[in-house]
Amino acid sequence: MSEATTLSRRSLLKVSALAGGGFALSATMPMVARAVGGEAAAPAELTAFVTIAPDNTITIIGKNPEIGQGIKTSLPMIVAEELDADWDLVKIEMADTNMAKYGPQLAGGSFSTPMNWMPMRQTGATARAMLIAAAAQQWGVSAASLSTEPGKVVEKASGRSATYGELASLAATMPVPDPESLTLKDQADFRIIGRAIGGIDSPKIVRGEPIFGVDMQLPGMVYAAYERSPVFGATLKGADLEAAKAQPGVIDAFVVRGNGNPEELVDGVAVIASNWWLANRARSALKPEWDNGEWASHSTAGYAAKAKELMDGGQAAEVFGERGDMAGALASAAKVVTADYSYPFLAHVPMEPMNCTALMRDDGVMEMWAPSQTPQGGLTSVANYLGLPPEKVIVHITRMGGGFGRRLNNDYMVQVAAIAKEMPGTPVQLIWSREDDVKTDFYRPAGWHRLTASVDAEGKMTGLKDHFVTFDLGESPFNPALMAPDTFPAKLMDNLLLEQDMLRTAIPMGALRAPNSNALAFVTQSFLDEVAHETGKDLPTLLMEIVEGAEPEPTTMGFTGPTPGFNPGRLRAVTRKATEMADWGKPVADGHALGFGYYWSHQGYFAEVVEVSLSDSNKVQVHNVWCAGDVGNQIINPFGALNQVEGAIIDGIGQALQLAVEVEGGAVKQSNFHNYPLPRMPMTPQIHVEWVKSDNSPTGLGEPALPPVIPALTNALFALTGKRVRSLPIDTSSLFA
Amino acid sequence: MAITVTINNETREIDAPGDMPLLWALRQELGMVGTKFGCGIGMCGACTVHLDGQAVRSCSLPLSAIGDKKVSTIENLAQSEVGQALQQAWLDEDVMQCGYCQAGQLMSATALLNKNATPSDDEIDAAMQGNICRCACYKRIKTAIAQVARNEETANV
Repeated sequence: MSEATTLSRRSLLKVSALAGGGFALSATMPMVARAVGGEAAAPAELTAFVTIAPDNTITIIGKNPEIGQGIKTSLPMIVAEELDADWDLVKIEMADTNMAKYGPQLAGGSFSTPMNWMPMRQTGATARAMLIAAAAQQWGVSAASLSTEPGKVVEKASGRSATYGELASLAATMPVPDPESLTLKDQADFRIIGRAIGGIDSPKIVRGEPIFGVDMQLPGMVYAAYERSPVFGATLKGADLEAAKAQPGVIDAFVVRGNGNPEELVDGVAVIASNWWLANRARSALKPEWDNGEWASHSTAGYAAKAKELMDGGQAAEVFGERGDMAGALASAAKVVTADYSYPFLAHVPMEPMNCTALMRDDGVMEMWAPSQTPQGGLTSVANYLGLPPEKVIVHITRMGGGFGRRLNNDYMVQVAAIAKEMPGTPVQLIWSREDDVKTDFYRPAGWHRLTASVDAEGKMTGLKDHFVTFDLGESPFNPALMAPDTFPAKLMDNLLLEQDMLRTAIPMGALRAPNSNALAFVTQSFLDEVAHETGKDLPTLLMEIVEGAEPEPTTMGFTGPTPGFNPGRLRAVTRKATEMADWGKPVADGHALGFGYYWSHQGYFAEVVEVSLSDSNKVQVHNVWCAGDVGNQIINPFGALNQVEGAIIDGIGQALQLAVEVEGGAVKQSNFHNYPLPRMPMTPQIHVEWVKSDNSPTGLGEPALPPVIPALTNALFALTGKRVRSLPIDTSSLFA
Repeated sequence: MAITVTINNETREIDAPGDMPLLWALRQELGMVGTKFGCGIGMCGACTVHLDGQAVRSCSLPLSAIGDKKVSTIENLAQSEVGQALQQAWLDEDVMQCGYCQAGQLMSATALLNKNATPSDDEIDAAMQGNICRCACYKRIKTAIAQVARNEETANV
């Protein structure tokens, strides 16, 4: 297991290295890959992302996987803006997986917007410059005398104009300009960016057209179900293949051997049928025997007991963050505040169950239709597993029924490749049941924290200590569980001590929407609310004290390009805005209370206020959420942006109120939506969102609105009941204890 | 052992066992993939179709139980005035994120408005609570339904 997750980290680094190179690539590549001197009647490819047809239709490539975050609409909007396209004539086509042509293609980490903002503007501006150059040549005038209006090049002096469609084939022969020489538009002149534009696939969706991965249909296609051990880390001893083959509709059943890496392939039995329901039903005849090794004794209750033992034992195994003199701060403290916090494993459960379609072609190419957030990583994994060169694997990217981080891991891609390899010439669609999905996820890791704060005689917080119990990755904790010294508020503490212990596990772990932050926001913002309460102030006031005198951190070169560091001014601005919106500090309705939470993640600053009450049946009711967010100076598509924030807030409330994955006997207890109860319509609060614009390039919105709503909710429950919620999901009965 | 079912006003012969749920016959025997698989136990509503106008979960409806009743799916929704109005409202409100559950949401919403053209807030909640949207577009789904209901109200004044 630890080897497997190490591999995953390494592949993440690999992606990140490629992505760094991809930055240059995506800036230069569009100019290289284009049709040369196309025929007049044919569409002309001006850049890798822009093709223009004689009838003025502009096809823009959507490069990154669409999981519902709206990126297939918003990135082409950026291209179209700088191209000065007529949006009504724009068509969007989904790219195939192709790092060399399109640069990094991934849906994760809210990376797509910051990573592609500049390259997408440049590719649009490049095509526009080539269209202008073509008109200049045709008319024998200087390019400087020409400008554009949506869809055409115009010469103001003479009043003549030519449409992009008329100019496209000549434009495709023009020299490719140096991206640095391009003049990009002023924000004030934007005509497409900033417009509320509906999702590009939405008309197809409301008509039920086949656009998701699981909708893929190929002639002669068969369906596969995959039986694997419910106990993580188990290996297959045997199964009754003949019994499964005797079931109605079953075409074949065979053993697939894993490679020891759950991110690629674990042992299992493939059952193939003409209809997936028949294949899945035949699984019950397999009666497989598993070797569970040491893992069947593992349980989440066991982990929790061990975590408490370790925290009670005092000194942790490892100190991984230290500043100043925490022991001294505690010794001289006028007041010490300490509390234990914990949160459970969580599953992703996107609505479209895991699936993938594969065809081992006669020419030795593995062709796949993959709903994957990381199709380039999936392509590499499949090529490695099959021992094929990467150019012998083709991965078409399909729209996905949700991601939430689940589809960053491509185990289902390797599974179907391993099955299709055994059936050359026959297309195979692998589908997981919901039970497969809930029971064999890459879970948000559970975690345990014992937090201690020192407070001086003036009521000022002087230091923070955290004894953290997390899960083992060989020598380091699993990444999305990391409590790093540069997180807030640790980064601003004069005295800091971060210690950790690690538990061994075989439970696969992964990134869930706003990884790290979805847990740490709850822990740190709830604990700071405790400190604020103990020192007679409210949380917004304490946050202002903590950032007092702090300078903005410098911009560094990060995964997505130039990345501004933490800026206390942005924290102040969203905090002020959210508290104003909620009338914070003013009386609220009888039996209601407000709570506040703030977090900075994925480059976005969010402050949120939650209004709660308890119903007659002692259920938590969230009435209102006021949210102020700063994701830079420009909202690209207000429709999609608002939708992301509303969804993230309800997602966070659902996690806090009712979601946990428990393990017993080495296997997950939960199995489907009856015992993993997602939020439903009746619990939807009123959500009020305002944008705080700051002088930064736009950044992503898939994640950063989620983390603060959880502590805002638990802090509101404290304000209402005087009881602290220190463990998720919220145990409502504890509020009345 | 072919089973005869009326789907979207057409008579279809399905060569499948009688205990096969309608969902899997629609998707993989007839190639009508607009109706979605979400949970297989009737808990999420992604597979909602109409059976004689009632919203039912096709993942839990065996072919043998359909008999003479008429099945209508998302592919046929635009044939009804209410369905078409809801489809338009879904686009006007930019309801969806991933969109995977929306066929089921639209089928449930249409069944609701066919029965009750001007539902209250609580009645919308009650009729729609069987449909999960993992992206949590609930606020917009509700607004879109209320929009169509309001237009209905105005038309009747």
